[in-house]
Amino acid sequence: MTLVTGAMLASDALTSGPISTITPLHQSPIPHAEVVRLLAAWTDDGRADDLTEHEERYGRLPSLLPGRGVRRHLLIDSVRRAGLRGRGGAGFPTAEKLTAVAAAKGRAVVVANGCEGDPTSSKDHTLMQLAPHLVLDGIAVACYAVDAADAVLCLHQGSPALEPMRAALAQRRDPVPVMIAEVPPRYVASESSALVNFLTTGAALPTTGPRAAERGVKGRPTLVDNVETLAHLALIARYGDEWFREAGTQQSPGSTLLTIGGAVTWPGVYEVEYGIPISDALELAGGESESLQAVAVGGLGGTWLPVSVADELPLTHEDFAALGLPLGIPSIVALPAQACGVAETARVLRYLAHESAGQCGPCMFGLPAVAEDFALLAAGRRDRELLDRLERRLGVVPGRGACSHPDAAIGFAARALSAFADDVRAHAAGRPCRWAAQQPWMPLPEEAA
Amino acid sequence: MSRYTGPSISVDPIACTAHGLCAELLPEIIELDEWGYPILADGPVPPALRAQAKAAARACPTLALKLSRG
Ligand SMILES: Cc1cc2nc3c(=O)[nH]c(=O)nc-3n(C[C@H](O)[C@H](O)[C@H](O)COP(=O)(O)O)c2cc1C
Ligand code: SF4
Ligand code: SF4
Repeated sequence: MTLVTGAMLASDALTSGPISTITPLHQSPIPHAEVVRLLAAWTDDGRADDLTEHEERYGRLPSLLPGRGVRRHLLIDSVRRAGLRGRGGAGFPTAEKLTAVAAAKGRAVVVANGCEGDPTSSKDHTLMQLAPHLVLDGIAVACYAVDAADAVLCLHQGSPALEPMRAALAQRRDPVPVMIAEVPPRYVASESSALVNFLTTGAALPTTGPRAAERGVKGRPTLVDNVETLAHLALIARYGDEWFREAGTQQSPGSTLLTIGGAVTWPGVYEVEYGIPISDALELAGGESESLQAVAVGGLGGTWLPVSVADELPLTHEDFAALGLPLGIPSIVALPAQACGVAETARVLRYLAHESAGQCGPCMFGLPAVAEDFALLAAGRRDRELLDRLERRLGVVPGRGACSHPDAAIGFAARALSAFADDVRAHAAGRPCRWAAQQPWMPLPEEAA
Repeated sequence: MSRYTGPSISVDPIACTAHGLCAELLPEIIELDEWGYPILADGPVPPALRAQAKAAARACPTLALKLSRG
C-alpha cells in the first residue's frame, strides 16, 4: 500500500454541511504531496468498495479473537510507536486513550464519533461514504484493544453517512456488533462528554465529571474516537507502525483527510501527508480562484492566518504549536482579498454563541456578548470602549465552561484580532471595509448565516 | 508555581447559578464577572483563608463551589 496517485473529491464545502454527492474532478498536479491510504477505493475506481473488494484491496484484518491474534498490549504498543493522534480536533495520542480505557475497571464501550459537527469539514462524511469498511474495521480493532463489549457509531440525525454505514454493517459480522446512534444535529452534541451523556441519559449535553475513559457510557470505561482516527487504526493493525510512519512527520505521522474550501478552484476533501505546506495544499485544490488574503485553518476552533504566514507553514501539530496555535480539525477555508475577515469572524461567533448548550454562565452569556462586540466592530460602529471591552471579555471567558466550546470560540476570536489587525483598527475607527456586507465565505448552517 | 500547597477551590460551571454568595464570603479569591459568575484566582487557597473558603463552599446554594484536596 503506497502512495501513488491523487484523490480529489468535490464536496459542497461552500454551501456548508455534510456533502451528499461526490464527483471526481481531476487528478492533482502535485504527486509528491499526495498519499493514498484511506481513499484508495475512490482513487482506483471512483466508488466505494463492498466488503469483498475491501478485503482484496487492504487484505483481511488480523484475527481479533482473544488468544489467536496479536496480543492486546502489543497492538497498543504498535499504535504508540506509530504515533497516531486523534483526527477529531485535539490531536491527542490515541495509544494513551486506548491504554487508559483498557486499564479501567469494567466492560469498555467504544464510541466512534462520526458526527462531524464542524461546518468547514466534510472529511468524515466523505470517508464514511467512500470507505465505510475501513471505519468499521477500526471500530473492531479498537474493541479488541480495549476488550469492549459494546460499540456505538454516533452520527447526526439525517446524516448522509447513515445509509452507507448501515449498508456496510449489513455485510459484516463483527465480534462486537456495532449500533448506530442518531445524535441531535447540534454543534456541541458531538463533544465527547455530550455523546457519553446522550448514550447514557438521552440528553446530548456536555457534562462535568470523570473522564470518559474511566466512567463513561453508563458508568463504563469508554473510548471516544473520531471515525478517521479509527480508520487509521485499522491500517496500523494491518501494516504496522513503521509503515504508518512512512508518511507525515515525526510528531504528526501519517496522512490525514483535509477539507479545502473557500476561494479555491476545486473545493473538496483531499488525503494529504502531515507536513504539506499550506500553499501546496491549496494547489491540490487547483489553487486560488481569486487573490487571497488569509486562510482559516482548523475549523471553527482553529485560526485565521494571513497568506504571508500560511504559505510555507507545514500542516503539522508541531509547526502550529510553535506559533502558539492549535492545528484543530484538518480543514482550510481560503478567504479572498475582496472579503472582510472581521465580518466573517463575527458570523462564526454568532453561530458558535447560538450553539452554546446554555448550561454554563460564562459560555451562555460570554459568547453572545463577544459575538455582539464583533458584529459592532464588523459594522464599523464607532465606540471608544469596544476594543477594550472585547479584550476584557476575551480574557475572562476561557477555561470556565464545562466543555471546551467557549475556549475554542474565544480562541478563534482572539486570533482573528491579530490576523486582521489592520482591518480591526480601521473598523474600530469607524471605517469598515466595503466587503463587510458581502456573501460569507466561511460555510455555516443557514439559520445562523 | 504557587507558594502554597493544599486544597484549592473550583466551581462546577453547570451547577453554578450566579448567586454570587461566594464572592461575598471570599472576596480575596473570588470575583464576579459582568454576568455575575465567579472568577477564581489560580492555585491553592492560602492557609489563612482556608476556613473562610470552607464556609463559602458550604454556603453555595447549589453546591457548585467545592474545596478540593490539593
Ligand atoms: C464543541 C465540540 C464539538 C466537537 N465535535 C466533534 C465532532 O463532530 N467529531 C469529532 O470527531 N470530534 C468532535 N469533538 C472532539 C471530541 O470531543 C473528541 O475529542 C474526539 O471525538 C476524540 O476523538 P480523537 O481522539 O480520535 O480525535 C468536538 C469537541 C467539541 C468541544
Ligand atoms: S461550556 Fe458552553 S457548550 Fe460547553 S457545556 Fe457549558 S454551556 Fe454547554
Ligand atoms: S455561590 Fe455557588 S452558585 Fe453562587 S456564584 Fe458562587 S459558585 Fe455560583
